[in-house]
Amino acid sequence: MKLKIKDHNELFQEQEYVEQFERKKEFENCPSAEEVRRIAEWTKTEEYKELNFKRQNIKINPAKACQPLGAVFCASGFEGTLPFVQGAQGCVAYFRSHLSRHFKEPMTAVSTSMTEDAAVFGGLNNMLEGLENAYTLYHPKMLAVSTTCMAEVIGDDLNAYIRTAREKGVIPQELPVPFAHTPSFVGSNITGYDNMMKGILTAVTAGRKGEPNGKINIIPGFDTYTGNYRELKRLLYIMEVKHTILADVSDIYDSPNSGEYKLYPGGTPLADAADAINALATIALQKYSTSKTLDYISKEWSQTVSALPPVGIKNTDRFFEEISKITGKPLPQEIENERGRAVDAMIDSHPYVHGKRFALVGDPDLLLGLISFLMEMGGIPVYIVCTNGDKKFQEDAEAILSESPFGQEGRVYINKDMWHLRSLMFTDPVDILIGNSYAKLLWRDTGTPLIRIGFPLFDRHHLHRYPIIGYQGVLNLVNWVVNTVLDEMDRKTMNTTSFDVIR
Amino acid sequence: MRQIAIYGKGGIGKSTTTQNLVAALAEAGRKCMIIGCDPKADSTRLILNRKAQNTVMDMAREKGTVEDLELEEVLLHGFKGIKCAESGGPEPGVGCAGRGVITAINFLEENGAYGEDTEFVFYDVLGDVVCGGFAMPIREGKAKEIYIVTSGEMMAMYAANNISRGVLKYAQSGGVRLGGLICNSRKTDKEFELISELAAKLGTQMIHFVPRDNEVQRAELRRKTVIDYAPDHPQADEYRELARKIADNKNFVIPTPITMDELERLLMDYGIMES
Repeated sequence: MKLKIKDHNELFQEQEYVEQFERKKEFENCPSAEEVRRIAEWTKTEEYKELNFKRQNIKINPAKACQPLGAVFCASGFEGTLPFVQGAQGCVAYFRSHLSRHFKEPMTAVSTSMTEDAAVFGGLNNMLEGLENAYTLYHPKMLAVSTTCMAEVIGDDLNAYIRTAREKGVIPQELPVPFAHTPSFVGSNITGYDNMMKGILTAVTAGRKGEPNGKINIIPGFDTYTGNYRELKRLLYIMEVKHTILADVSDIYDSPNSGEYKLYPGGTPLADAADAINALATIALQKYSTSKTLDYISKEWSQTVSALPPVGIKNTDRFFEEISKITGKPLPQEIENERGRAVDAMIDSHPYVHGKRFALVGDPDLLLGLISFLMEMGGIPVYIVCTNGDKKFQEDAEAILSESPFGQEGRVYINKDMWHLRSLMFTDPVDILIGNSYAKLLWRDTGTPLIRIGFPLFDRHHLHRYPIIGYQGVLNLVNWVVNTVLDEMDRKTMNTTSFDVIR
Repeated sequence: MRQIAIYGKGGIGKSTTTQNLVAALAEAGRKCMIIGCDPKADSTRLILNRKAQNTVMDMAREKGTVEDLELEEVLLHGFKGIKCAESGGPEPGVGCAGRGVITAINFLEENGAYGEDTEFVFYDVLGDVVCGGFAMPIREGKAKEIYIVTSGEMMAMYAANNISRGVLKYAQSGGVRLGGLICNSRKTDKEFELISELAAKLGTQMIHFVPRDNEVQRAELRRKTVIDYAPDHPQADEYRELARKIADNKNFVIPTPITMDELERLLMDYGIMES
C-alpha cells in the first residue's frame, strides 16, 4: 500500500485542525477576530509609530546574534580547531543549529555544560573536564575557548583556568588554547568574532616574529558567504598575490560531499596563521567586526592595516588599489574585464533600479557595502536599520549617503529592530526590502518584496554560495536586485495592458 | 604602572586608608588613580571632597547601556589630580554586584582611562573576595600586588586569612602576590605583635601599623583625607610613611594561609582568647 504523507499546509487545513485552532482561541481567551484586525490596523499608523520609537524595555525581532556565535564561527575557520565554549550547553546548541540552518552543513562545537553547581562554585572543574574530554575524544590541533553569559556573570577567569589545565596536565603544554571573553549581553556576533580573532592571533603568533614573508593577511570578518571566500581566493590567485585568509571558513561550511564525514574539513593552516605576524600588511574586508583585531595588529605587529569592504564597484576598486599599492602588482586584464562586465550589467539594468526606494536591515559592515552599491545603481536607500550598529557606524553610513544625490533621503537607525522598521515601512512605504530570513515577516505584513542578503538565511537555499564581493559579487547583486524588481512588476501588472514579455 | 588591590573585612577602613595613602603619594608628586570596586561607591569621596560620584553602573543604568557612556562622565579628578572612578552596582538584594565590577573595569580599560602617565592604580575592593567578579582586579594583566587591611580584632584577622586563601588561588595560576598587611589599629590588646605574627604566619610582613587617631574622623566629616585637611598633623605623617613603604616595597609573596585552629591558637598565645 502506498503511504500518502500530507504536507504541512494540507494537514493543518483539514476540518479537524481548523476546529481545534478555533477551540484553542476560545480556551486562550483570544480577542475577537475583529478586535485583532482593529489593533493590527492601528499598528500601521503614524500614532503607533511614535509610540513604537519610544519603546525602551523590549527588542522585537532584532537583527543580530550574540557574541559567542561570532566567536564560534571565527574559531571554526582555523585548521583542526574545535570551538570550545565555557558555559551552558543550550547556548552552544543554538550556535550550532543557527549556523547549520544557514549553511545546511554540520557544525562542530563543544560546551562545558555548566549547571547550577558551576554557577555557585565557579566553572574551573567544568573547564578541566571539558578540555580533557574534548582533547581526548576529538584530537583538535587547537581549542578556541569562548564564553556564554553564565560563565561571564560569575566571572570565570579563562586565562587562569587554562593555565591551571596545563599545569595539571589535562592538555599538553604546547597545544594552542586561545580564549576570548564573549558575554552575550554585550555587543553582538561581530564583537564576538573580533574578540576571538584577536585571541587566536595573539596565541598562535606569540614568539613567531621573524623574517617578512611577503604575504598579505586578509581578514574577511563575520562573513557568512562561502562564495566570498572562494571569490577572494580566485581573485588573489589571478593577481598572483601571496596571502593568508584569517579565518578561512569556506571548506568548513561548503565541504564537498565525498561520502565521508570529516570533523575538521579545512580552515586556515595554523602554520600560516602563526606566520601572519610576518606579513606585509593586513586588510580586513569588514570594519566593525575587526576593529579590536586591527588595533592589535597595528600596535603589536607594527603592520599597516586597512578595512576595505569590496562590495560594489567603487569599494572593489579601492580594494584592488590597496592590493596594488602594497604588492606593486597592477590589476590584471582578466579582472579589468570582469569589472567591465559588471559595469555593463549595471548599465543594462539601471533603468529599473533607478529611483527605487529601499529599506535595509543587517550587520553594519554589510549595510555600508550595500548602500554604496545601491546608490551606484541609482537606487535610493531610505531606511538603514542596524540593531548592532554604534554611533561611529551611523556617522560612517551618513557620510556615504551624503556623497551621492541618491543618499539624501537615507535615514540611519542604530539600536533599532525590525518592528521599528515595520512602522517605518507602513507609514512611508518603500519599493524593496533587503534583509535576512527574519525580514520575511515584514514582507508578509507589508507586501514589500524581499531580497535575501545577510545572515541568517534559513528559508532559501544556496544563496551563501554566491559571492557578493568583487566585480563578480556586483553581478550577483545586480541579478538579485533587478530581477526582484521585475518579478514584482510582473506580479503587479498581471492582468493589465502593461504585462509584457520583454523587460 | 603599578596596579595595586586593597582588600579587607567590611568596615575595617579600606577606603579611608586607601584614600589617605593615595593622597600622600599624590602629594609627593606621583600620578595616581583610584578605582572603587564596591556598589556602595564610597572609595573616592575624600579625594573628590564630595558625596559619592557618578558611578559607571549608575550612568549605564541611566543610559540603558554601558556602550553609550563617555569616559569623562565617570572619570573625575580630585585632590592633586588623582583620577577617580567608581564601579557602582545594583541596589542591595538584587542583581549581581560582581558582574558590575567586571563591566566597569572593562569599560575603563577599553576607553583608556588609565592613561600613559599613571604610576599607581589602586583598586579598593569590597569586603571579601566573595565571587569571580571581585577577583577581577587581580586577574592576569591587572593588579599584581595586594595589600590586606586588618586590625587586631578576631574577625578582621579571620577575613585577612580568608582573603589570603583567595589570593593563593590566583597567585598559583597568575602573577599576583601579597605585598603585606596594613594594620589599621582598633587599639586592641597586643595588636602590633599579633598582626606582626599573623603576617609572619601568612609568609608576609605587616607593612605598616596605622595608629588610631580621631583626626581621621574629623577629616572624614569634612569629606577630606588627613593629608588634605590637616597636613601637619602627626597622623598625616603615618599615611606618608605607609605610602613610602608601599612605593618602596620589594617583599611580594605567595601567601601561606593558616587553618581556623591555628588562628585561634595564635589568639590564645597572645592571651586574647581563653583556652
